[in-house]
Amino acid sequence: MSGTDTKLQPRRSGLTRRQKRAVSRGVQYAVFVAALIALGVTADWEQLQNQFAQVDLAERMFPDIITLALKNTVLYTVSGFVFGLALGVVVALMRLSSVGPYRWLAGIYIEIFRGLPALLIFIFVGVAVPLAFPGTEIPGGTYGKVALALGLVAAAYMAETIRAGIQAVPKGQMEAARSLGFSHARAMVSIVIPQAFRIVIPPLTNELVLLFKDSSLVLFLGVTLEERELSKFGRDLASETANSTPILVAGLCYLLVTIPLGFVVRRLEAKAGEATK
Amino acid sequence: MSTTSSPDLTKDTSGTPEIQVRGLHKSFGDNEVLRGIDLEVGSGEVVCVIGPSGSGKSTLLRCVNLLEEPTKGQVFVGGTEVTHPDVDIDAVRRRIGMVFQQFNLFPHLTVTENLTLPQRRVLGRDKEAASKVAAENLRRVGLSEKADAYPASLSGGQQQRVAIARALAMGPQVMLFDEPTSALDPELVGDVLAVMRMLADEGMTMMVVTHEMTFAREVADRVVFMDAGVIVEDGTPAQVIGNPTHERTRHFLSRLLDPAMADVEEDSAP
Repeated sequence: MSGTDTKLQPRRSGLTRRQKRAVSRGVQYAVFVAALIALGVTADWEQLQNQFAQVDLAERMFPDIITLALKNTVLYTVSGFVFGLALGVVVALMRLSSVGPYRWLAGIYIEIFRGLPALLIFIFVGVAVPLAFPGTEIPGGTYGKVALALGLVAAAYMAETIRAGIQAVPKGQMEAARSLGFSHARAMVSIVIPQAFRIVIPPLTNELVLLFKDSSLVLFLGVTLEERELSKFGRDLASETANSTPILVAGLCYLLVTIPLGFVVRRLEAKAGEATK
Repeated sequence: MSTTSSPDLTKDTSGTPEIQVRGLHKSFGDNEVLRGIDLEVGSGEVVCVIGPSGSGKSTLLRCVNLLEEPTKGQVFVGGTEVTHPDVDIDAVRRRIGMVFQQFNLFPHLTVTENLTLPQRRVLGRDKEAASKVAAENLRRVGLSEKADAYPASLSGGQQQRVAIARALAMGPQVMLFDEPTSALDPELVGDVLAVMRMLADEGMTMMVVTHEMTFAREVADRVVFMDAGVIVEDGTPAQVIGNPTHERTRHFLSRLLDPAMADVEEDSAP
């Protein structure tokens, strides 16, 4: 037993390491619960309920918030994503080009559009484009404008993701394709890009979640009643009724989409992780 | 030697050579990997290129189908100068099959699709014709039953045989092999070499970079020994492997054939 005695010696406090861990975790929980209680006690629940939980007001929002606002949010997001993806692929390929000016242009594009707040780009598209090209309409009306603004932002992020994906495809794939007589462009389209996309699907889905939230910036383009999306819809109703319940409901509608999407991303990432093993 | 006992009857080496390399130089930055290579491979001939790693043998092979751009010199394949600036390199590569050390099958496609996609995209064959050619070439390499499998589910040896079938499906006049068995477990090497032996017997023009001395001795018409970017020896397998005249060749072969012995010799030197 002398061996175990020396082992036990450093235990001055009389607690094993496991016990110590349990105590420290208990303290953390206690602090957390105390903070919650403090918040619960000090918050003015009646005020909050009046402002955010008017059930009859929430009921009034249906079905328009789904059939109009959520539908528009999804439409704006998808059109922005599709345009951004197409542009992103082009910029990524330019970034990887052997032609210097292509690489520089792509680099400049990425730096600018990643560095600017999406809000400024929406204002730019809404104001500067009509000024610069008087008389011309962006095709698709508001949808076209949103696709352009969201797509410009998304393309800068997606281009970097896609570039990394293309570079992650082993060099031997391009060499094998070229040795079979594929042109460089053909090999890219038929062999390299399909493999790159498998790699970048999880990060691109993440980008979709970001775009879904950024679509709220449509607000700054000025939209008709029929073109309102979740944020605008909620805000309009909130100022009309002098009550914030519509904001809360709109927020829940966002979560309705973003939480399942986040789940999908994690599943895809886990699957991709397995595939590389 | 049975497979090469009657080369004069089956192989026409009198006409223009299938592959011709003249004064080939290749540098990567300051590193000169090829320093003046002259080589001819006749129609139907099998030439094995051997040599220590870093001797430039893979680079030489990759210069033949222009995966590497030569710094200086000329390469002709089937009478066409592939190093000419105006040449349609994609058209030339269709006639040159290449097999890589790492197989390089397309992992997102099934075995059959690996064989049919290049035929359809590059040769413009319709789906039916491409599938027929694919099935025929899978049969030749003995992998008909794997037609619908994905590459990841195959062993290395099977993947390499699919890669050979993929190259053959394009109907090449020349086949280049870049260390085709070096990435394989020893017990899988035999199947791949058997397929290559079959191709040699059928009269395919082949240039093979390899460390498989038995294969070189039994199948090659000629063996080329390279070291430090030049061809040191070029002759029949009996000459180059059996009776090398250069010290460098002898040293390389002794290390390769019996690395343990070579190490012992060095270690025990006073």
